[in-house]
Amino acid sequence: MKSGSRLERVLRSGHFAVTAELLSPDSADPPAVLDHARVIGDSCDAINATDASGATTHMSNVAVAALLRRAGYDAVVQLACRDRNRIAMQGDLLGIAALDVRNVLCLTGDGVATGDHPEAKPVFDMDSITLLRTARILRDKVQFLSGRPLTSPPRLFLGGASNPFVPPFDFRPLRLKKKIEAGADFIQTQYCFDVPRLRKFMERVVDMGLHERAFILVGVGPLRSARVAYWMRENIPGVVVPDSVIRRLLGAGKRSRTEGKRICIELIQQIEEIPGISGVHVMAYRQEHLVPEILDEAGLLPRPNPVTFKGSPAPSVDIVDSRQC
Amino acid sequence: MALRRLQDRPRILEIAYVATLAALRLFRNRLNPEGVVQKVFVPGERVTKGLIFDCKMCGDCVLHNTGMTCPMTCPKNLRNGPCGGVRLNGNCEIVPDMQCVWVAAWERSQKMPRFGSGIHEVLAPTDRRLENTSSWINDISPDVTKRPIGWAE
Ligand code: SF4
Repeated sequence: MKSGSRLERVLRSGHFAVTAELLSPDSADPPAVLDHARVIGDSCDAINATDASGATTHMSNVAVAALLRRAGYDAVVQLACRDRNRIAMQGDLLGIAALDVRNVLCLTGDGVATGDHPEAKPVFDMDSITLLRTARILRDKVQFLSGRPLTSPPRLFLGGASNPFVPPFDFRPLRLKKKIEAGADFIQTQYCFDVPRLRKFMERVVDMGLHERAFILVGVGPLRSARVAYWMRENIPGVVVPDSVIRRLLGAGKRSRTEGKRICIELIQQIEEIPGISGVHVMAYRQEHLVPEILDEAGLLPRPNPVTFKGSPAPSVDIVDSRQC
Repeated sequence: MALRRLQDRPRILEIAYVATLAALRLFRNRLNPEGVVQKVFVPGERVTKGLIFDCKMCGDCVLHNTGMTCPMTCPKNLRNGPCGGVRLNGNCEIVPDMQCVWVAAWERSQKMPRFGSGIHEVLAPTDRRLENTSSWINDISPDVTKRPIGWAE
């Protein structure tokens, strides 16, 4: 066990895991976080606290994650290279663990042009892969990148992102491998609306045995309408919504919201069948209230209680643990 | 630009890279990173590599690991592979009219018999102190520590 987080325990015990993304508030009020958390909290094993996603400013990732932990939820803090250099990042990695947040998702981050401060200086001192390796050095070698020793290492479960749905397609599985070699213990993917593409990607991943070295959670989410789906595809970098999905939403007319929910449930069920996948990551932007229903209808509720759950540990544990820096 | 097209002949560039390194090694004793040679090498490198690779003079050159495609021309300066924002047509998330640097890097690396597999190596973060110095000199100077101490395996 690298971190002992609830998410890590659920995954290592062999359960199909569920994480969900929380909309970070434009507010300095803790209830703004906790009200949202209450809606999705019991339906998932851990809640993702985003880091100015889409390069748009919100309450800080670390603060949101700390508030979630205080309220008893497990949290995955997202850490993007866009806004901080290596000095700040390493400080954050220690601070995150000190606040009892045990899962970190290491990201490169969207370009600043997509957000509300396009005139800002993009930092990108590191990239997601060097950040992952840096976090592993802190945890496993008990030192900073500079070589200066730590008195106590951050016990963290390290995550990376993957987007199997954009080019260069044949490089994507190899890039995943690189992330695992850099230090990723788990992976959360971009939104999946294209199951055949995911299947192809996972075939390569399983061939290379990568699913035994890291837990892979696939991103899903309900689309509210054809218009929203189209907007996302055009404006959110890396989101691919096939025409067939948009047509289905259009065909549903006024009932597109229900149709979007149904599509999401079907996707989850199909994803669950694909070998090598360990869970789903739900991103229900502004439709958080649908998350419990979706997961219930997909047969993923109630979530296992990590204190009492049984089940044999996943065979991957030893392989992962023997891989030290 | 005609010279830019050389990038699509990564095999030739690979050979040029090996030859340059070998030639420079002969003069190793005279190529001191602190010395006046920097004054000659920096503009020389800026012009030649600028023309061929749109080189940004990071001084910490990894071209042979990145399909002979300069990773510093990626708007996010990514050195370890493409971000998740690449457009379906293979263009960049941030500069829609530009081919993603990593789409090109990946294709070219596949044509490089000698260093092609270098694209799978986990590269260290860039040493920002080396910006605007000569990577030719840095490459053959053992005292230029290009990697953070903690990075060493
Ligand atoms: S799309 Fe390609 S070139 Fe553009 S930021 Fe991402 S990796 Fe860099």
